[in-house]
Amino acid sequence: MSFVQVRELTKIYQLGDIDVRALDNVSVAVEKGEFVAIMGPSGSGKSTFMHILGCLDTPTSGQYFLEGEDIGNLGRDELAGIRNQKVGFVFQGFNLLPRTPALENVELPMLYHGISSKERKERAMMALRDVGLEDRWDHQPNQLSGGQQQRVALARALVNNAPLILADEPTGNLDTKTSAEIMEIFVRLNLESNMTLILVTHESDIAAYSRRTIKFLDGSIISDTR
Amino acid sequence: MITIRSTFKISFRALRVNKMRSALTILGIIIGVTAVIAMLAVGTGARRTIAEQISSMGSNLLIVLPGATTAGGVRMGSGTQPTLSLSDAEAIQKECFGVSDVAPIFNGIAQVVYGHQNWSTGVVGSTPNIFDVRDWPLDSGKSFTQQDVKSATKVCLLGQTVVENLFGSLDPRGQIIRINKIPFTIIGVLSRKGQSAMGQDQDDTIFVPVTTAQKKLFGTSFPGMVRVIMVKAKSSEDLPLAEKQINELLRQRHHIAKDRDNDFTVRNLTQIMETAEQSTKVMTLLLGAIASVSLLVGGIGIMNIMLVSVTERTREIGIRMAVGAKTWDIRLQFIIEALTLSLVGGIIGIIIGISGSKILSILAGWTTIITPFSVLLAFGFSGLIGIFFGFYPAYKASLLNPIDALRYE
Repeated sequence: MSFVQVRELTKIYQLGDIDVRALDNVSVAVEKGEFVAIMGPSGSGKSTFMHILGCLDTPTSGQYFLEGEDIGNLGRDELAGIRNQKVGFVFQGFNLLPRTPALENVELPMLYHGISSKERKERAMMALRDVGLEDRWDHQPNQLSGGQQQRVALARALVNNAPLILADEPTGNLDTKTSAEIMEIFVRLNLESNMTLILVTHESDIAAYSRRTIKFLDGSIISDTR
Repeated sequence: MITIRSTFKISFRALRVNKMRSALTILGIIIGVTAVIAMLAVGTGARRTIAEQISSMGSNLLIVLPGATTAGGVRMGSGTQPTLSLSDAEAIQKECFGVSDVAPIFNGIAQVVYGHQNWSTGVVGSTPNIFDVRDWPLDSGKSFTQQDVKSATKVCLLGQTVVENLFGSLDPRGQIIRINKIPFTIIGVLSRKGQSAMGQDQDDTIFVPVTTAQKKLFGTSFPGMVRVIMVKAKSSEDLPLAEKQINELLRQRHHIAKDRDNDFTVRNLTQIMETAEQSTKVMTLLLGAIASVSLLVGGIGIMNIMLVSVTERTREIGIRMAVGAKTWDIRLQFIIEALTLSLVGGIIGIIIGISGSKILSILAGWTTIITPFSVLLAFGFSGLIGIFFGFYPAYKASLLNPIDALRYE
């Protein structure tokens, strides 16, 4: 079985009386170490797809296997465990804890894994070094630029050595130069650590960093090119 | 699973961010806990005072008063008829087996002179039993005896107040004082008894043999007549039995026909005092209950703030869930926040409550007693309030869908 395997994934939202099919029978497989870009216009279901892959949301029907484990049968806390151990998520809006230093933001996933304070600090510092922000470890998010905030978020996604990194428009709020810097970190990590990287974007120059592009439209995959 | 220490750190940080809000929430609990502690201290103090008065009067006490006269259809108060005599007291002692000690009393007011000092005080004529009946030990010297009663000797025992007023720091034993101009030898001094339930100074008194009081001090036109007979029952269980036996015996001795009223009254003083104690107990509970209401209001304040906090921090909750916080990690975080608010309020409230009670007893002169129980109760109660009112907001937060929480604006 592939590293990520989804079968006939369907997600239906109810908006009042209308059922919205955000995902419609999506089946796809991603191998370990792949770098996949997911593209598509707004409302095409690509974000919903990512949220389900990241165990932040559950599908209405269909199956999802991560490293061979059937995610569909897991409860709330088991899903939390998957998010903690196997998935690192990078958001468009960074989603850092306000009024909290960068180091503590990076420590957060380890906090929920019961790792000792000393080891947390060491590993968080290492992750910050990986994204080139070690000298800003004591800065709070509002003291950092957008690119720096996204790098803190990236360090947080990496710190538990999750095999799957998901990024939902990670450069959406950044300028071109900063976007390029962030993307270079992604590429480097993908090559160095053999982690699987799935990235949502609607910019083709960002998608160009990847080796495989999946296009969504109206909740379905319309193309899958390598 | 997150460690408790980290959870505390997160909670403290969150509370520090909203200093004013946290302080006001804590204030609600402080007021509640202070009220509970102070109210219980006042109530317990009042109960203790009454309990002390009961024990100072003597325990298991019955008082037999002579009956009321009826003069031309006008009924007079009890004690207006000289119906009780020394022989009644002796009969009670001999025949009522529920009774342990009997002391007849014949008393009056007299002017007492020693050297240049003089003092007006109550003089109680009784038998040596009086000191057992009233649980009143001697401080020094010896008591008068049955022989003294028989021969009406002029000996006396002084209460502490009389000693202070006539002798100051001198030893009164063996000295002669004049009571209503009649010389008496002081053979002993009684220990300090303090105030009675009615606020009377019980130490302002002199004891003499009952016969001496009747024949030599005050005189009476009814030989052997006594004003009161004090009776001590064998135990509190024997009180009703003793009361019944005395009633039957005296009716028989006084030849009272079946359809006529008693010419005497038996009063159970302990019972009266216990009733007073009971009502103070109810008052304490009532005060405590009222104070608890304010504690409850403080708790609702905590819940209110926690609910606001959960709503405000929905995104934070979403972020924590996204990186792997489990249901109980989130719940614990908010419960500990609520618990911190309530326990900090509880501790400050206990401090203010205790010092407030002390100030109250100094300023208002009330007896206040702080029991470990009331402190534990207030502390435990505030802790429970933290958990109870913190749980619902925490529960609500923990059930959020991670993605909905993240998207919350």
